[in-house]
Amino acid sequence: MRYPKTKALFAGAALVMSLAACGDDSGGGSGGGDSVDIPVEENPDFPEGSTMAELSEAGKITIGVKIDQPGIGFQEPGADTPEGFDIEMGRIIAGQLGIEDDGSIEWKETISDNREPFLEEGEVDIVIASYSITDDRRKVVGQAGPYYVTGQQLLVREEDKDKITGPDDLAGVKVCSVEGSTSLATAQDEFGADPVPLGTYSECVDQLENSTVDVLTTDGAILLGYAAENPDELEVVGEPFSEERYGIGYQLGDTEMCEFITTTIQDAMDDGLWADAFEATLGESGVETPESPEMDECL
Amino acid sequence: MQVLIDNFGQILDGFAKTLWLLLFSGTIAAVLGTILVAMRVSPVAILRFAGTSYINVFRNTPLLLILLIIAFAAPDLGFTYEINNYFNFFFMAATVGLGLYAAAFVCEALRSGINSIPLGQAEAARSIGMTFAQSMRSVILPQAARAVIPPLASTYIALAKNTSVALAIGVTEASFIMKKLNAENAVARWQIFFGFAFGYMVIVAFIASAGALAERSGAKTR
Repeated sequence: MRYPKTKALFAGAALVMSLAACGDDSGGGSGGGDSVDIPVEENPDFPEGSTMAELSEAGKITIGVKIDQPGIGFQEPGADTPEGFDIEMGRIIAGQLGIEDDGSIEWKETISDNREPFLEEGEVDIVIASYSITDDRRKVVGQAGPYYVTGQQLLVREEDKDKITGPDDLAGVKVCSVEGSTSLATAQDEFGADPVPLGTYSECVDQLENSTVDVLTTDGAILLGYAAENPDELEVVGEPFSEERYGIGYQLGDTEMCEFITTTIQDAMDDGLWADAFEATLGESGVETPESPEMDECL
Repeated sequence: MQVLIDNFGQILDGFAKTLWLLLFSGTIAAVLGTILVAMRVSPVAILRFAGTSYINVFRNTPLLLILLIIAFAAPDLGFTYEINNYFNFFFMAATVGLGLYAAAFVCEALRSGINSIPLGQAEAARSIGMTFAQSMRSVILPQAARAVIPPLASTYIALAKNTSVALAIGVTEASFIMKKLNAENAVARWQIFFGFAFGYMVIVAFIASAGALAERSGAKTR
């Protein structure tokens, strides 16, 4: 029932993209039809023994990403690689390491729960997975950024949009989000919601449509993606009521890596690549490209 | 350690829900398991077949799968029953799923007890004119009861721990609280894991000692 509609939407999006590409004389993306043209550095130079030098020499990088968040990190059933804003950020960083997205980047699915263990155990080199920067997380992993700032919002069924308009209406309401996410804890601890933790956001959307839960809460960026897929049934309500600063996770204490990531993203913000990446991914849901956020210093 | 002390209230809430799940699903399993075993040992072929089929389906399907099927298929079929926001749809789905799953194991534990009674007992009962129901009630089951306690206790211990699978379908039982605390306190993972493991061990210890007690009091009447 839903799939044909989704497919039509994507086909439509692809059509719009290809039309847009016609007018754009720079043309041709690096990989898929709708990805941004990302420069790949040839023979980049890094200090001996640094993580960047290692990755660059190996010509391979493993990046932990989400694959169930439309617009951020999302892998379509049957697709080989995920796509989204996080993925573009990963491509930009890999590009500066001289690694092209031709299979040399391994996109590894991470869920909210295993991002720290994956970094600590070296299962992934970096994590770009809608990974909010918190003081507590910074005790166990490094987080460079923020490369994007969003805030917690609510997604409700169309008929409830006048009943539930903001976080103050959440008391005693069944609120769904992903296990182990900060959004669910905030809804429960600060606004008295009855939490329903599920494995993925798409499961929450399913149950929201089934009316077994009444609200899906998480970062606005993610909700917009779902609302765009079901514009007649779902609606994002209220102003953001938290500040989520997405960071890029790296191994704790690797300051050189942090400097490199921060500089790379800063350059991408300055030369417009960041904005291009946004427009090609999250921007598709109709939101305006925001000001690029101020990045934290590396410690 | 501090994490566990600071969030003690939440942890108790989580284990309270775990116990509710255990109570509800354990009751379903006990009732359904008894009906199933009566079917499996009954003289009616069609009932035996139905009982065996049930065991084959539910014992051979992973619990997680049963729970997911119920949680995601039931609403599509129009079942979204809930008592209140505490015993919400997901709690009901988990209870039913756990109950259906554990019933298969309860049935087999009971059957092993019945099989431990020598056939002569059933023949003797029949020779003095007892019906199938009478011989089950007065001769077989009272004797079987003693033999089934150890496997039955194991089944319920497994059920107590299996309640944690309900997290996958949105029940906020103990392991949900564990994940929540883990997400908020990335530095105290080990303490949190051990704290919750200890909580489950306490629950299991209660079931195990109830089993041991029943076994001992049974031994006296032998």
